[in-house]
Amino acid sequence: MATRRVWVWTELAEGAPHRLSLELLTAARGLGEAAAVLLAPAGADALATLGAHGAAVVYHGDDPVYAQYAVEPQVAALAALMQAESPDLVLFPSTFTARDVIARLAARLGLGVIANATSVAYDGDQVVATVPYAGDRVATMTFAAPAPHLVQVRPKSYPVEPVGGQAEVRPVPAGVDPATCRVKIVETIQQEAEGPNLEEANVIVAGGRGLGKAENFRLLEELAKRLGGAVGASRAVVDAGWVPYSYQIGQTGKTVKPTLYIACGISGAIQHLAGMKGSRYIIAINQDPDAPIFENADLGVVGDVLTIVPKLTERLAAR
Amino acid sequence: MKICVTVKQVPDPNLPLQVDPDTHRLVRNPEQSILDPADEYGIETALRLVEQHGGEVVVVSMGPLAAADALRRGMAMGADRAILITDDALAGSDAPTTARALAAAIRPEQPDLVICAVEATDAYTGMVPGMLAELLDLPQLTFARQVSVEGQTITVHRDVEGGTQVLQTSLPALLTVTASIGEPRYPSFKGVMAAKRKPVDERDVAALGLAPSEVGPAGAKERVRAVELVREEKQGKIVSDDGSGSSVDEIVAFLERIQVV
Ligand SMILES: Cc1cc2nc3c(=O)[nH]c(=O)nc-3n(C[C@H](O)[C@H](O)[C@H](O)COP(=O)(O)OP(=O)(O)OC[C@H]3O[C@@H](n4cnc5c(N)ncnc54)[C@H](O)[C@@H]3O)c2cc1C
Ligand SMILES: Nc1ncnc2c1ncn2[C@@H]1O[C@H](COP(=O)(O)O)[C@@H](O)[C@H]1O
Repeated sequence: MATRRVWVWTELAEGAPHRLSLELLTAARGLGEAAAVLLAPAGADALATLGAHGAAVVYHGDDPVYAQYAVEPQVAALAALMQAESPDLVLFPSTFTARDVIARLAARLGLGVIANATSVAYDGDQVVATVPYAGDRVATMTFAAPAPHLVQVRPKSYPVEPVGGQAEVRPVPAGVDPATCRVKIVETIQQEAEGPNLEEANVIVAGGRGLGKAENFRLLEELAKRLGGAVGASRAVVDAGWVPYSYQIGQTGKTVKPTLYIACGISGAIQHLAGMKGSRYIIAINQDPDAPIFENADLGVVGDVLTIVPKLTERLAAR
Repeated sequence: MKICVTVKQVPDPNLPLQVDPDTHRLVRNPEQSILDPADEYGIETALRLVEQHGGEVVVVSMGPLAAADALRRGMAMGADRAILITDDALAGSDAPTTARALAAAIRPEQPDLVICAVEATDAYTGMVPGMLAELLDLPQLTFARQVSVEGQTITVHRDVEGGTQVLQTSLPALLTVTASIGEPRYPSFKGVMAAKRKPVDERDVAALGLAPSEVGPAGAKERVRAVELVREEKQGKIVSDDGSGSSVDEIVAFLERIQVV
């Protein structure tokens, strides 16, 4: 049987390959010959990083149009590339733009998609993927139609593993039709980040509606600083405008797996758990002894966050 | 402007979900199903745009007959009329089929704007909006937290990692909105009464020009092989704080044990 060809749709973050793209190269390497598809202007370093993480081939399209919100040009280029090269499987990370591209691509090519996969494997020539389903269940999914197959994988399902290879770079034919770029970015507003990045932090102190008001997030910042950690939040408080969207942890926010997660005034809705259940240790502080978060906590503290957190920070400072 | 909002009836997310052991599908008990709260943000966005610019809001759903309740709720909030795509053959459809059915119902409406939620609360694949945009040949503006329309230009603030993008395109377009768009209005008594008289236009597979063999489980491109329960409850320790910070010793001891301090 010919070697399976597994592609990873990759993207850049500040000029370097996004960490979720690198996670998927680990998955792809384990399934067959891994190739990265990168449709973005990129430097030699970025291409080399993809090779070093296991891409034997990088299909690179560097048309400046891709620096825009280029879903439609990406879909056109990907569809053409897939028709020319017939990969067996294309993996997509769970990022905003990846979702936009995969859905549109699937409709254009008449393909199905398995979304939210936490693992991807082959059973003979069938793709099998596991997907969290109906709250506390896991579904094993497969495809009814022949290859190519499209799977979107959840963050942190695979580790980033530099393996030290070198990729052959194959240019993706330019000639993007400007008419396919109907959406324009008119402005990008960056958020100021402080302390370690949520995805990389070893300790996360996260707050929910139980903090009562936006100003009380200061208490969490002080504790996080003491522990060298980052501050995260539930969606309820992001929606309320207490903290920016980039703080949101959960199904529609970030997936994190720190050594320690301290949930402060968070009830533990399934959508929140989806993003932090994988933490090594979980401490939950909540007034309500029946809060579902306690079912996932290694240490549950029934009490008032507004008293406990500052006392804890004070105690740690005194050490 | 004419706006179509796609809305789904989902099992109440506050109740435990049930899965049919034979079909692996979610059990959709009408008494325990509601208009997806995620879709209320789409309806709210549409109503605000029509209040500013005039026009009409049409709510569109695919689901069992009982899904008419979700459409009524949308009309009680203020939508003008509803389309319900309903047919036994459609039960068990996947995202591509759902998108095709919705596209077939929406296309003849020639809306200026189609609004979806980012993802549905029951299955949260988030695939239907992008597929629908492709099938209707519309540009897509996704993850919007703020929307404005001026003439034929639509501008959105899109939530992205590390910040916000301001995106622009020309109508017609497809939009997905997040909960940050603003609190959805609660239907008034008057709204509820008025909704009873508003039309729900039903369409079956034949009316949409789809063949029964290409929809439902027969047309699905993915299969569920098995579903397993994975309750990962931890047998953690629970302590109570007496209100004075008495639990702090216990927390510090835990931090030491896991070598975080
Ligand atoms: C489609 C969809 C996607 C979603 N995605 C996400 C997601 O990605 N991330 C996410 O977080 N949520 C998500 N949600 C929302 C989720 O369902 C919950 O609504 C949300 O997580 C609740 O946030 P919370 O725990 O802060 O608030 P609440 O549920 O209101 O909980 C507040 C908790 O604080 C406790 N409390 C109150 N006062 C105190 C005090 N003084 N001291 C100690 N405890 C106190 C209360 O007992 C309560 O348990 C999503 C929902 C939907 C429908
Ligand atoms: N059966 C349906 N009827 C109407 N709208 C739907 C249906 N399924 C999905 N949608 C729309 O598409 C969004 C995303 O759904 P999904 O792709 O299933 O996560 C939903 O929030 C709805 O706005």
